[in-house]
Amino acid sequence: MDALGLARSQFAITTVYHFFFVPLTLGLSLITAIMETIYVCKGDETYKRMAKFWGKLFLINFAVGVVTGLVQEFQFGMNWSEYSRFVGDIFGAPLAIEGLTAFFLEATFIGLWVFGWEKLSKRVHALAIWMVALGTTISALWILVANSFMHFPVGYELVDGRPILSNFAELIFNPHVFTQFPHTVFSGYVTGAFFVIGISVFHLLKKKNVDFYAKSFKVGTLVALVSIGGVILVGHAQAQLMVKQQPMKMAAAEALWDSEDPASLSLLTISDEKTGTTSVDIRIPHALSLLSYNTLTGEVRGINDLQREYEATYGPGNYVPSVFMNYWSFRIMIGAGFLMAFLVLVAFFIWWKKKFKLESKWWYLLTAAITLPYMANTTGWLLTELGRQPWVVYGLLKTSDAVSPNVPAAFVMTSLAVFTVLYGLLMVVDVTLMVKFARAGVEDDQPAIQAKAG
Amino acid sequence: MDLQVLWFVLVAVLYTGFFVLEGFDFGVGILLPFIGRKDEEKRAAINTIGPVWDANEVWLVLAGGATFAAFPQWYATLFSGFYLPLLLILVALILRGVSFEFRGKVEDPRWHATWDTTAFIGSLLPPLLFGVAFANMLRGVPIDGNMNYTGGFFNLLNVYALFGGLTFLALSALLGALFLNLKTAGSVQETAAKIAARLSVPSFVLLTVFVVWTLITTRSTPAILAIVFGSISVLALLAGFIAVKAQRGGFAFGLTVLAIAMNVASIFASLFPNVMVSSTDLAFSLTIRNASSSVNTLTVMSIVVAIFLPVVLAYQVWNYWVFRKRITAKVEDLHY
Ligand code: HDD
Ligand code: HEM
Ligand code: HEM
Repeated sequence: MDALGLARSQFAITTVYHFFFVPLTLGLSLITAIMETIYVCKGDETYKRMAKFWGKLFLINFAVGVVTGLVQEFQFGMNWSEYSRFVGDIFGAPLAIEGLTAFFLEATFIGLWVFGWEKLSKRVHALAIWMVALGTTISALWILVANSFMHFPVGYELVDGRPILSNFAELIFNPHVFTQFPHTVFSGYVTGAFFVIGISVFHLLKKKNVDFYAKSFKVGTLVALVSIGGVILVGHAQAQLMVKQQPMKMAAAEALWDSEDPASLSLLTISDEKTGTTSVDIRIPHALSLLSYNTLTGEVRGINDLQREYEATYGPGNYVPSVFMNYWSFRIMIGAGFLMAFLVLVAFFIWWKKKFKLESKWWYLLTAAITLPYMANTTGWLLTELGRQPWVVYGLLKTSDAVSPNVPAAFVMTSLAVFTVLYGLLMVVDVTLMVKFARAGVEDDQPAIQAKAG
Repeated sequence: MDLQVLWFVLVAVLYTGFFVLEGFDFGVGILLPFIGRKDEEKRAAINTIGPVWDANEVWLVLAGGATFAAFPQWYATLFSGFYLPLLLILVALILRGVSFEFRGKVEDPRWHATWDTTAFIGSLLPPLLFGVAFANMLRGVPIDGNMNYTGGFFNLLNVYALFGGLTFLALSALLGALFLNLKTAGSVQETAAKIAARLSVPSFVLLTVFVVWTLITTRSTPAILAIVFGSISVLALLAGFIAVKAQRGGFAFGLTVLAIAMNVASIFASLFPNVMVSSTDLAFSLTIRNASSSVNTLTVMSIVVAIFLPVVLAYQVWNYWVFRKRITAKVEDLHY
């Protein structure tokens, strides 16, 4: 592989890792904050123990989220120096603002929360975890402002071929931000909620600490209800926007080779990307037009037409992203989304009809469902980023022109290997610790000491 | 002051914040193998920085982000050019960042020893490598007309740069010892005080030589600021040395903070108006003029900083205030 390919692999691996931890940070900080607030308002000690138990799992995850984020901050300069030079005037600002307004907030208040149980009043202590939750959300906002510019550049004018910031407000109020931000934040909340539900079910089946886990389950279920609704509704809006802003991404996600009006939605399409021919094609007529425009008709453009159009605008080249990756990412994400929506109903059934008396081993499926949001998160980003290729900044800069020209492939190979191995190890340790503490459950106030005895 | 100068100063301030604040918590990590044999002693040491180290690291994140926003060319040239040292720094910071959190989660001596080692290495490498990097920025490295670094890895290893690295390392270790001296009690404090006494002479020698060498290397116009800052730095450390001898821990800590801050200030003053010097041709150097963002971007960023930096400083000071008490090695008080 050349330096470009290696740099791309490294970016993909390190960001996917980073985003493996980020959604749980978003979700669990909110849920912990809700629990502690209930404790402060109602004085019920169980909620305090809940905040501590879920908070401990949160911290293990948080640590890895932070260190993987560090790499992200410097990677643009290391591997994508041409990119950094090209968009620096616009792209650096949200990144710096993120540090100033979000990372400081998270990092300072997490310290106050962890070490402040005895030193702060109840209310101030609860405020600390709210500040952490706020910080993670603000962080998501700014990084997505930056990312949205790459998908739908606004607020700039070209000076000597380089985008220069002309209107900061436009940059922030980019329509792309208004769908991407809520979608991503809600997906984080879904992740936290399914995490809490899954682990609670595990313990409810063991019939230990039923009160504790039933209460956790309720908080998780309520958060899940709101946020899965949010993810799906916003996702729909996002898809409609995509048809307008990045039609090629939608065409690839639907394996739609030729423009259609009315356009059909693919149920299963298998096609050969080299020739653009399709061997299996099962589609629902009118459905894609309906989803795109809320009416039964309306043209959705296909890959072949868009390719011709882009060649006319941007010159010769291949403007088709990987149809396979886009198509299946889209389906896995949406499939996981609807499955989770169904599971939220199941969770309400457990709450109202079963009153948390669980017998059947089948309920363990809810524990297994913790993996669903992770799949949706990863495939969601794959769709977003791979669907934009060959562009790194849509319509302005190609990925192949963005890479550092002076960094030898051997260096990138080294860093790629180092990060892959290091992150792999961290992931193993992190997940092992999480599973250990999640299984041990809340009764063990000092699980670390127990492990020694055991 | 024009915006480019303002942002040069702000970047310098952010790095100063980083080297001072993260400096003492790097120091604590570096001293971990020497602070005591018992597990409680190491835990007490780690817990002194528990509530603050993460926020201290954000100063670096912000310094990086601010460089990107205000001087994208500098950001691009520096990080692509110093690729391997930066990789090492990142690995070190990653290991260090998880080791505090992971360490306490399993009660097993080997597990503890593993994460103590990673915390040690993770704290040792960054000040050393940052020292090397800053010295090189100042001394000049091969940079071509497209602002791209054209040297290899070994261009970065010269005596001056290594000297810079050692200076940063020694100052961090010293500051860490002085911090522990203030924040702990009992055996840990005694050991920390001894270490501080032992480190102060070599730190002073290193700093003095480095400051003089930097002033000789400097290309800044005018050099007067660099000379003033450098002198204050050396004098502060000298006074700090006396304070250590007199067992005035608080003074010693404060003066060492001043010495580090002034050392960084002197480096930036020496650099000005360049941000990276080209050894290929001085005309290829990156300066605050040719490396900066547009006026519009700098204006927006200035407004944001004016609003948020005071808020950030306020809650950080409050954080230090809440945890101002000494930590004793009583297990109940500890998180890590
Ligand atoms: C939707 C949310 C989101 C996305 C898309 C990203 N991040 Fe992130 N990041 C977070 C949400 C987040 C977070 C939830 O706020 C984290 C996780 C753990 C934490 O402390 O903050 C974080 C941590 C984190 C840190 C460590 C902060 C610290 O030291 O405390 C850095 C430097 C970055 N991120 C930088 C990036 C960059 C450069 C990204 C783009 C490639 C990126 N993040 C994508
Ligand atoms: C955390 C969520 C994110 C994930 C999981 C993610 C994932 C990915 C993936 C899978 C690619 C494609 C890699 C390839 O080309 O093979 C990519 C490309 C890219 N993304 Fe993202 N991304 C995320 C967020 C961001 C953000 C917020 C930014 C900018 C601030 C960004 C900047 C880029 C850049 C510069 C590339 C081009 C390099 C490349 O093609 O690899 N990404 N990302
Ligand atoms: C079920 C209905 C869903 C729909 C219709 C939907 C739609 C979309 C679309 C169209 C994109 C790409 C946006 C773009 O590139 O412009 C996207 C991205 C994404 N999706 Fe979904 N999604 C759904 C469910 C989910 C679920 C359940 C999760 C996670 C729990 C999720 C997580 C993500 C993430 C993390 C991204 C990348 C960030 C972004 O671009 O917003 N999605 N989604």
